Amino acid sequence: MTEPLLAVEDLRVAYPGRGFRSPDTEILHGVSLDITAGETVGLVGESGSGKTTLGRALLGLAPVTGGRIKFKGEDITHADKAARRRLTRDIQVVFQDPYTSMNPNLTIEQTLTEPLRANGTSKRDALDKVAAMLDAVHLPTDSLGRYPNEFSGGQRQRIAVARALTLDPSLIVCDEPVSALDLSNQRRVLDLFIEIQERTGVAYLFVSHDLAVIRHLSHRVAVLYQGDIVEWGGCDQVTACPEHPYTQRLLMAAPVPHPIKQARHRADRQRVLAAQREAELQSGA
Amino acid sequence: MTAPLAPTPRVATRRRASLLRSVLRQPLGAVALAVIALFVIVAIIGPWIVPGDAYTAHLDAILLPPGPDHILGTDPSGRDVLSRLIIATRSSMLGAAIALVVAAAIGISTGLIAGYYRGWFESVFSYGASLFLALPSMVVLLAARSVIGPNLWWAMVIFGVIVSPAFYRLTFATVAGVRHELYVDAARTSGLSDVRIVGRHILSVVRAPVIIQAAGIAGVAIGIQAGLEFLGMGDAKLITWGGMLNDGFQAIYRQPWLLAWPTLALVLISVALTLVANTLRDVLERSSSARRSRSSEQAPAVYTIPAGTALSVRDLEVAYGDDKAKQAVVVRNVSFDVAPGEVLGLVGESGSGKTQTAFAILDVLPGGGRITAGCVALAGKVTTQAERAHERGRSVAYIPQEPMSNLDPSYTIGAQLTKPMRKCAKMTKTEANANALRLLNRVGIANPERVMGLYPHQVSGGMAQRVLIAGAIATEPDVLIADEPTTALDVTVQAEVLDLLRDLQAEFGMAMVIVTHNFGVVADICDRVAVMQDGSIVETGDVESVFDHPQHPYTRELLGAILDDASVRELPSPTTTNGVLS
Repeated sequence: MTEPLLAVEDLRVAYPGRGFRSPDTEILHGVSLDITAGETVGLVGESGSGKTTLGRALLGLAPVTGGRIKFKGEDITHADKAARRRLTRDIQVVFQDPYTSMNPNLTIEQTLTEPLRANGTSKRDALDKVAAMLDAVHLPTDSLGRYPNEFSGGQRQRIAVARALTLDPSLIVCDEPVSALDLSNQRRVLDLFIEIQERTGVAYLFVSHDLAVIRHLSHRVAVLYQGDIVEWGGCDQVTACPEHPYTQRLLMAAPVPHPIKQARHRADRQRVLAAQREAELQSGA
Repeated sequence: MTAPLAPTPRVATRRRASLLRSVLRQPLGAVALAVIALFVIVAIIGPWIVPGDAYTAHLDAILLPPGPDHILGTDPSGRDVLSRLIIATRSSMLGAAIALVVAAAIGISTGLIAGYYRGWFESVFSYGASLFLALPSMVVLLAARSVIGPNLWWAMVIFGVIVSPAFYRLTFATVAGVRHELYVDAARTSGLSDVRIVGRHILSVVRAPVIIQAAGIAGVAIGIQAGLEFLGMGDAKLITWGGMLNDGFQAIYRQPWLLAWPTLALVLISVALTLVANTLRDVLERSSSARRSRSSEQAPAVYTIPAGTALSVRDLEVAYGDDKAKQAVVVRNVSFDVAPGEVLGLVGESGSGKTQTAFAILDVLPGGGRITAGCVALAGKVTTQAERAHERGRSVAYIPQEPMSNLDPSYTIGAQLTKPMRKCAKMTKTEANANALRLLNRVGIANPERVMGLYPHQVSGGMAQRVLIAGAIATEPDVLIADEPTTALDVTVQAEVLDLLRDLQAEFGMAMVIVTHNFGVVADICDRVAVMQDGSIVETGDVESVFDHPQHPYTRELLGAILDDASVRELPSPTTTNGVLS
């Protein structure tokens, strides 16, 4: 077995309590997973499960209080500012909200060349690279002089993908990148993610609350529930025949987009819920 | 697999107008800016345009009234008032500028640092700012004068330091507000240094409010300066408005007009600065005048509504904007019927007009929107706008998308549930309370007594939506309109809320319209579905036929975008390169 690209071991994240001597709020209670190069790891969970916090911890945007994050064998858990800035070449991000993740006062060119210029690329090279990136995400080159508010949500998210790609990273943290998009745009952006991965070999940590999205994109899937990973394994196994009761509930709760199948699915769900309640009662008794 | 990306970069070509230009477009702002510009020009070229002698005393010409030689007359020393007024403009404006620059330099830099880094910077600077704010500036300036002597410029520097907290607080609040915007995080993960992030992403946000604040501070600085000089605490060698006021005050009985001219100059510049600040604020916080327009619905006789429908919509057209030529039509030619006990799904992507249709039925279109054609019929009877407004909350109920923002954070859930019952159904307090408890129990809330006393922020999103559903069914409505009722909820909660809606709908036999973009929700609860695109219904049918045999290409495109992967992705095998298992 080769060294994974990223290894997270027993990661704990806690935000300091508000006010004097108030206790810290622990969001992640010891989470472990790993990502190999060129792979998509799907991270699924509901609101408040800590899935976004895990992504932010990898980017150095959340306070890690325990455990380790290793990237290419190097411990980056508490990387200092200089190391963190070097890491930005390797780990990039696409945020959930395409409306606030870009500075409304900067043109697309300014937004896209920013990471390159910050990493010491000359202006001419940066422009060439950015033009290539826009092409890669299927946007016209004349988008460069425009401002974010002139684009639709789907187009903005493609710009955000282009921004993440400009530094040729080996890992992109995708934090719910399609949940703000319409159905057809969602499909297009997801397929863009797959296309880019197949071409560049970049790895994704793909955070989403939607099992269908996770199943479409992931090779392996981790299910996060209240700050713990409750299930972790191959995509097909986790998203089709899960073992943990929570994953089962999650899977059964997602409606199937077909009336007859959904009626059957709903009946299954009620049966599973009843069985789980029964099991809980027995274990309690 | 990669589906081809549709070439849809429909990009608007609107350029952003500069701030200055938008201020100039407001008549008041243009006049005020012109006045300020005039004062600045006079301050610069003053010494070269004075008509008379501002400095030398002429004992033969004291206190002359306005006349051809001296347009505004002369002062008690026989000096030309207009000339002195012009010369004084420079010192007054320069004094204000010094105070402004000092205040802005200190306030903005500390505000940026404290807002961006927080921590102990924030504690130290905010403490300092509060300390300075507590100082009475006039007293400090008088004290300073006794130490450093009568020097106007130093007085203005000190005043600048004293008012710098005004800039500090503003900058701090603004920066702290954008500090956690995603684009700042994105800049950090792009590897930008802190200086660059502040310079590129944060300073631009601070700019506009700082300009507004600066206009206000400049006015205050000019006033304080004039006050100091009027008290005789200024520099006797300088000609200033305040000094002229003092001269005029000494001679108030012999020549009252002497007071008027410097006063006029002070008033003009202060009012102009205030007006510019106000116009800037208005331009930046421009809010369209939310005016409700009257509907121009067709005469009811035109439409024949089939008997036995709970809700019928015919040829509905909704438009925004008053001008007939420029109005934007967001819903056109929409017709559908919903029978009692039937659930209709209005499906479409954002901008398809599905929510606007729902709002039109409820008569809650946002400002500027109105029904321009067609009609809405309830229980087989065509309604007017007033009738729909009356029926809303009675026979027509509404469940919104965002449960949290539809509950008032300052009232308990019990108060918000019972208020409409007491008002609309004329119940007594005890009746309403009992009814609310019964309803909360009915929507599956385990401990209704406790929940009644909670505030909205104390409950989860799913609980809040249950509360709103309880409120919606309180009047046992005939028609229930639900606008994306589960979009903001987690998937497990969504399933529970859908179960609840299905049960309630069956129990009360309500006609229901569910606006959604989620085909899973449609499949779960709807009997019939209407697919909307660009404001029109492109396909209607019962759910099974629409899912199995979609007729319209757009419906097929939407259904094709559903992710229902039978197989999952395979990892590219690491063995293919050399044929040896690693």
